Amino acid sequence: MTRVPGLLLLLAALGAAAQPARRSGFEDMSPQTRAMQRDDAQNPGMLWVQDGAALWERAPGPAAASCAGCHGDARVSMRGVAARYPAWDETLQHPVDLAQRINLCRERHQGATALPVEQQDLLALESHVALQSRGLPVAPPADERLQPFRVRGEAAWRERIGQLNLSCAQCHDERAGQRLAGSPIPEGHANGYPLYRLEWQGLGSLQRRLRNCMTGVRAEPWPAGSAALVELSLYLAWRDRGMALESPAVRP
Amino acid sequence: MKLALQRRELLQLGAAGGLALLVRPAQATAFEMQSAIANYASGAPVKTGKLRFDIPPLVENGNGVPVTISVDSPMTAAEHVTGIAVFNERNPQRDVVRFTLGPRAGKAVVATRIRLATSQQLVAVARLSDGTFWSHSVDVLVTLAACLE
Amino acid sequence: MARTLITSPATAKRGEVIELRALIAHPMETGFRPGADGLLLPRNLITRFSCRYNGDLVFSADLFAAVAANPYVSFFTVATDSGTLSFSWEGDHGFAQTETVALAVT
Repeated sequence: MTRVPGLLLLLAALGAAAQPARRSGFEDMSPQTRAMQRDDAQNPGMLWVQDGAALWERAPGPAAASCAGCHGDARVSMRGVAARYPAWDETLQHPVDLAQRINLCRERHQGATALPVEQQDLLALESHVALQSRGLPVAPPADERLQPFRVRGEAAWRERIGQLNLSCAQCHDERAGQRLAGSPIPEGHANGYPLYRLEWQGLGSLQRRLRNCMTGVRAEPWPAGSAALVELSLYLAWRDRGMALESPAVRP
Repeated sequence: MKLALQRRELLQLGAAGGLALLVRPAQATAFEMQSAIANYASGAPVKTGKLRFDIPPLVENGNGVPVTISVDSPMTAAEHVTGIAVFNERNPQRDVVRFTLGPRAGKAVVATRIRLATSQQLVAVARLSDGTFWSHSVDVLVTLAACLE
Repeated sequence: MARTLITSPATAKRGEVIELRALIAHPMETGFRPGADGLLLPRNLITRFSCRYNGDLVFSADLFAAVAANPYVSFFTVATDSGTLSFSWEGDHGFAQTETVALAVT
């Protein structure tokens, strides 16, 4: 599937690029909010996970298989999956994120329609799958076909946008640890998604958060589900490599 | 300090999402809070003490603030906590939550998550089986999310 | 039916003080918040939570708009007899839901 020499080079590059110590947004939170994330009895994200577990067992239509029908016990089959998304899709010939993968499965293997972006059932399934990788290191696939998309994602990370004319890198690389309007600026990692954001009073995806950030700098946010968002997610997964997955996280 | 807070709150009113802030002069709402507490105590004197009110002093987001209130009580049939109530100063309404307990609780410890519209004082009041009321107040600083949706 | 998450021990010793935690999915719309069109979103709150132990009321809470969305309550009760703990939520627009868990007391 992947060409060997290119793969070796890529592995070398990934390994050699020594990952500096990364600080999860978890560390920036108060002890009480951290307790909310750590304690499954209190973590509101677990309500969505519970929903997702039920949806996993349910067939989307009379003639269709449920997720469990092909994948069996999610605790076994989905272990490690969320940690390596976004990943390459052979048919579409570009990377897809976890939510898109779930929708592709629905369309291709379950005879169902794709769920709209940020729809509650889709978030529930995504959080159920992501939970199975909790604690595992973010492991972006060493697939050289992803490289051009990752490069574009990184370019987007460094591009100044919006009326405030700020790039992601300016806040989250250069000024992480400083404060903006009283709140600490996190490094902006994507290792806890989908997560329960207190600001949303609900669970949401990485795409939602990225679009929020764009609105925050007074830029027109890219449409939900757009390729640019997936490319940026792909770059973020590489940037987060090695960090423990925290899904479903809690963030202010 | 107060003026700066009110101006920021007015600016936040224009922002989408978050809580609608209906900020009134501090004196009016502090008086209302004292009235609400007096009402809960049915006019009985409210002493300070016996309560522990755990709340982060600096709140990251007013939408979900974990709080734990514990009262020092043996929780026997003879001596127990019958109620715990929380009042606020600057939300649109003074009441936050009112718990009703009894000797079957075993421990007078309750926890929940509350909403805070802005930085303010909160008061937890406990009603004991002997008819006395005890309170504990905390001052909380609430920061708002820098990047709203 | 709203999603709920109840955390309670399956077994306890007689006289043991056990912690019960209940979380329910609910927006707790305050009625003070404007929507995207500037009009106030209608109030939709859970106003009461209660716990019954084999039918006896052992704990209750009156909730107001200041309780966070997806309300969470944690409290304690003394394990007396084996039986059923029932958790009930009531609120605006006729909202009423009860969930039960079994408790074995030795």
